[in-house]
Amino acid sequence: MFDPNLLFEQLFNGLQLGLLLFLLAAGLTLVFGIMDMMNLAHGSLYMLGAYVAAQITLWTGSFLLGVAVSLPVILLLGVCLEAGLLRPLYARGHLDQVLATFGMILFFNEFVRLVWGPEGIEVPLPDFLKGNIIIFDIPLPNYRLVVIGVGLLVALMMYLLVTRTRTGMLIRAGASNRDMVQALGIDINRVFTLVFGIGAALAALAGALAGPILAVTIGMGENILIQVLVVIVIGGIGSIRGAFVGAMLIGIIDILGRSFLDTFFKLFLPVNAAETAGPAVASMLIYILMAAVLFFKPQGLFPAKTG
Amino acid sequence: MGNRAQIIIVGTIFVGLGLVPLFAELTQTPFYLDLARRMMILAIGALSLNLIMGYGGLISFGHAAYIGIGAYVVGICAEHELVSGFIQWPLAIIVSGLFAIIFGLISLRTRGVYFIMITLALAQMMYFLGVSLDRYGGDDGLPLIERSNFGAVVDITNNVTLYFIVLGALVLSLLFCKRLINSRFGMVLQGTRSNETRMKTIGFPTLRYQLTAFVIAGMMAGFAGALLANHTDFINPDMMHWTRSGDLIIMVLLGGMGSLAGPVVGALAFILLEELLSGVTEYWQLIFGPFLILVVLFARGGLLGFFANKEQRDE
Repeated sequence: MFDPNLLFEQLFNGLQLGLLLFLLAAGLTLVFGIMDMMNLAHGSLYMLGAYVAAQITLWTGSFLLGVAVSLPVILLLGVCLEAGLLRPLYARGHLDQVLATFGMILFFNEFVRLVWGPEGIEVPLPDFLKGNIIIFDIPLPNYRLVVIGVGLLVALMMYLLVTRTRTGMLIRAGASNRDMVQALGIDINRVFTLVFGIGAALAALAGALAGPILAVTIGMGENILIQVLVVIVIGGIGSIRGAFVGAMLIGIIDILGRSFLDTFFKLFLPVNAAETAGPAVASMLIYILMAAVLFFKPQGLFPAKTG
Repeated sequence: MGNRAQIIIVGTIFVGLGLVPLFAELTQTPFYLDLARRMMILAIGALSLNLIMGYGGLISFGHAAYIGIGAYVVGICAEHELVSGFIQWPLAIIVSGLFAIIFGLISLRTRGVYFIMITLALAQMMYFLGVSLDRYGGDDGLPLIERSNFGAVVDITNNVTLYFIVLGALVLSLLFCKRLINSRFGMVLQGTRSNETRMKTIGFPTLRYQLTAFVIAGMMAGFAGALLANHTDFINPDMMHWTRSGDLIIMVLLGGMGSLAGPVVGALAFILLEELLSGVTEYWQLIFGPFLILVVLFARGGLLGFFANKEQRDE
């Protein structure tokens, strides 16, 4: 039986996943776009953000304090990483960047395993965010609403920053033609440190917010990183707008695929085959979407580079 | 290039590999037989990656997918009681080749960072596909009921026999790569790596060459996967996990990219490092991660380049 309430609920979940992905993609797409830098360690910042927030929450009992501490800590870490390790890599090929940031992932994963153990941490929902709001007879969890609200707020702020400020202008200019910006006398490295710092803080925010809904575990950074890469490829490297549209598409399609694809297949396939094919195709859905987008627009939906 | 030094190093490695079964038998340490066999299988995978990455300039971050596909073909065949190696192994190569055609057509539309991300994403798709295949073990993987059966020709259920089959496969792969790289095809591929626009202008359909190389590399990796399934008697999605693809890249880079035997040296170095470090501490990646960063920053040209190649490179 098809249930419209379930559809609405899952759309809601898809929206929430999409906004979480956007928090990660917004910073990363600029890193890729402006410096032509392949950074795999972004997922590690997300993971560390989640762990720091979880730990502070468990110590103090205050989720808000956890988020508030996690953001600046990871921002600082991000800026240090950028200045210390990544900067020498800008002039190198993509392969060196891939390997060095891969090395960072291995290090941070092992570091987390050493400090927090292999098990992962459960973060309790803060009391004031428990419960549901009923809209059209459908219970929507308060916490997820908050995640959506924060995500939308960040998206709005990023939009204003990028389109309405001088810094944003430099960021956009850097993404479309870095050499020209430098030739005009702008220190693009400073712009980039700023972008990287913002990206790190947003990753930490995503991690901290994900804590109570998803498990805080060691592999969490990589799993979401791959989805974020798909978002960025679909949206077009260096484009905030693309990251937003891509994230929404991926979030909603992924969740809807997982919930409804086997029901859909049962319409025309035997039950057995549908139950096998459903989850299998659902897990591939976002990659198929990516392939389809690339087929028609190899530079993504909103290409930022101009020649 | 330090050709003679390279030959000496590689020759020594192969003589050493040939003696491992004897050593393992005399010292009663079958562990080393297993370790060396795994290393050689990974070396075949790394060799195939080096074809596209070192000589083609195409950084594929999803090469483990083809190893996984090859392994899954063998595993799935065995599950359906199709155990003949004469069917399984060619099928593994063909199926990996077919996937490589599709994935290559998608990813070769792009370059640079895009290419890395797309190969990574497609490989991860195969990983999740493996996880969702409940019929074939899903997340937990699937034990191989029976190794590939080559009838009266050779019996690879014997571990030492399988070892020498793998060793032979590695030697053949190396010779194949040598032929390929020095052929006209290999020249065009390397020319495209250096300057794609120029090659196009001269009139070479570069995409066709790159796709062919991509597919050949995928088929070789699929073959390595068929060996790997027989080696571990087990298949699971982890073979396709993106960190496995990362391992392959590390092996190629450790050995020295774009040098013919580099991946073999790199695979050896990788396995030895893994063994050594994990013997020192359970948290060995705490050391390995920074080591990797140091290699990237300081040892350009890989280990083979670092030790054997004080002279000028010839290209």
